[in-house]
Amino acid sequence: MSVLVYAENWEGNFRKGTFEAVWYAKQTADLLGVELITFCSGNLEESELEKLIKFGSCKILTATGLEKFDSRSLSSVMNDIVNKYNVDTIIFSSTYTSKMTAPRLSIKINSGIVNNVISLPKSADCFQLKKKVFSGKAFELCEMSMSHKKIIMINPNSFSFTESQYDSSIVKENIEYNSTEYIKVESKQKSSGKINLSEAEIIVSAGRGLKGPENWNMIEDLADLLGAATACSKPVSDIGWRPHSEHVGQTGKAVAPNLYIAIGISGAIQHLAGVNSSKTMVVINTDPEAPFFKAADYGIIGDAFEIVPKLINEIKHLNN
Amino acid sequence: MNIAVCISSVPDTTSKIEFVNNNTEFDKNNIQFVINPYDEFGLTKAMMLKESTGAKVTVITVGLADVEPVMRKALAIGADEAIRINFEPKESQLVACEIAKYLKDKSFDLIITGKESIDYNGSIVPGMIAEILNLPFINACIGLDLNENEVIATREIDGGKEILKTSLPLVIGGQKGLVYESELRIPNMRGIMTARTKPLSVIEPGDLSEKVISNGFNKPTEKAACKLIDSGNVKELVDLLRNEAKVI
Repeated sequence: MSVLVYAENWEGNFRKGTFEAVWYAKQTADLLGVELITFCSGNLEESELEKLIKFGSCKILTATGLEKFDSRSLSSVMNDIVNKYNVDTIIFSSTYTSKMTAPRLSIKINSGIVNNVISLPKSADCFQLKKKVFSGKAFELCEMSMSHKKIIMINPNSFSFTESQYDSSIVKENIEYNSTEYIKVESKQKSSGKINLSEAEIIVSAGRGLKGPENWNMIEDLADLLGAATACSKPVSDIGWRPHSEHVGQTGKAVAPNLYIAIGISGAIQHLAGVNSSKTMVVINTDPEAPFFKAADYGIIGDAFEIVPKLINEIKHLNN
Repeated sequence: MNIAVCISSVPDTTSKIEFVNNNTEFDKNNIQFVINPYDEFGLTKAMMLKESTGAKVTVITVGLADVEPVMRKALAIGADEAIRINFEPKESQLVACEIAKYLKDKSFDLIITGKESIDYNGSIVPGMIAEILNLPFINACIGLDLNENEVIATREIDGGKEILKTSLPLVIGGQKGLVYESELRIPNMRGIMTARTKPLSVIEPGDLSEKVISNGFNKPTEKAACKLIDSGNVKELVDLLRNEAKVI
């Protein structure tokens, strides 16, 4: 028996969510007392693969000739691996790719599947897992059938995981896959934000209080200084001041950064649902009655146009 | 063309979430149910395709009789027919299997779902339907153009978007961008009247054995009161973030 983890890469590079998934899978494999198998799609540099060792990878399978966007091919390769290595539990980070691939794999192997998981299984005999539901307004405790295979999709940024010293080197094996393309990528466009929202450590988010898209420079400056991603409220993306991909909240993205700074956002229940997993929340708003003050850890009642430049100065000062 | 739109009945986004029966069940009392927002984008797209190609639109929902008002709303918006699969949708896999079982052999060209439902947020049903029916699947779909059988679609990916080329039949998981908020439709009086006489069929599910069971719910713990900092003392905020919260 073994545990399999999908170590997703973006143009040859892993991200924090990949390491989080590998770490989670290693903890699960240790709990079950079984081997961990890591699977990567594409041809990765040895130096990149070695980054996984610190989180517990040893046996790494790669597959070339496999296009990540085709969830049929990806799930087929993983199905073969599951059969060949007698895999019992499969771990994914919950990303766009895994949301297309994991459900397909689940049907192929007739497994149970749970998404948005924020806890580790506590015992080898009973996989009871905590998951986010109602877009972060509540949690559910799910119990997975132990007589079936299990797919666990973990919610990014949910575990404070660490590197360890593992006395191992990589054993690598490549699978050649002849992909039948059902979906062809014609072109790709990168979004303006440099940092992926779902994995960002810090997010600077702004709302209608900013009065217009031309005032976002200070938000971007603050984000740059903090190494943060930028986000916005639903009304702001609906009016078109910011791209939809930045909309955070119940019908946008759910995020879980260490620090969420909300500037000129009142804090409607739908917005709070998407951000209440943040470890620390700061609100800056002119309206002392804004609901965000009930959810935040720190708050300043004041005008964003006055406070944000001061904040930028103070942080510059600190960085020096 | 035959379009299937899978819709869920979910609590309105402004709902406060409470649980009953020793925190084992969601409290439906005093909750306004709506078409899942991601599904509503898909339904609106289906209406546009109906107008441009004369497609027939069927909505499919898994749920008990209490979901019918939401289905009638979809009919009032313009769907031609509605199918309700009669069980409480507790596990994604059962929902996907029962929907796929219905869709199979009915020669649908396009199956539209939302990328997730805003209640249980599984994001699992659309991919499973595609797998069971052996169809290509585009998740987080933010653009869709059809030209005969050829499809040009845009999907959101981590850090950008991709323009894709594929063909029908196809499953998509829609979200905002597929249509815009301003294009969403409010049923008019005529729509509401005709919806009453449109067919809404109820079909019974097969085997409902679950691989994942729920052991109950809980809610996030209340946060301590917000620490207010004087607007003239921004430095204090930065100090607190560095030394107390240790986040910068």
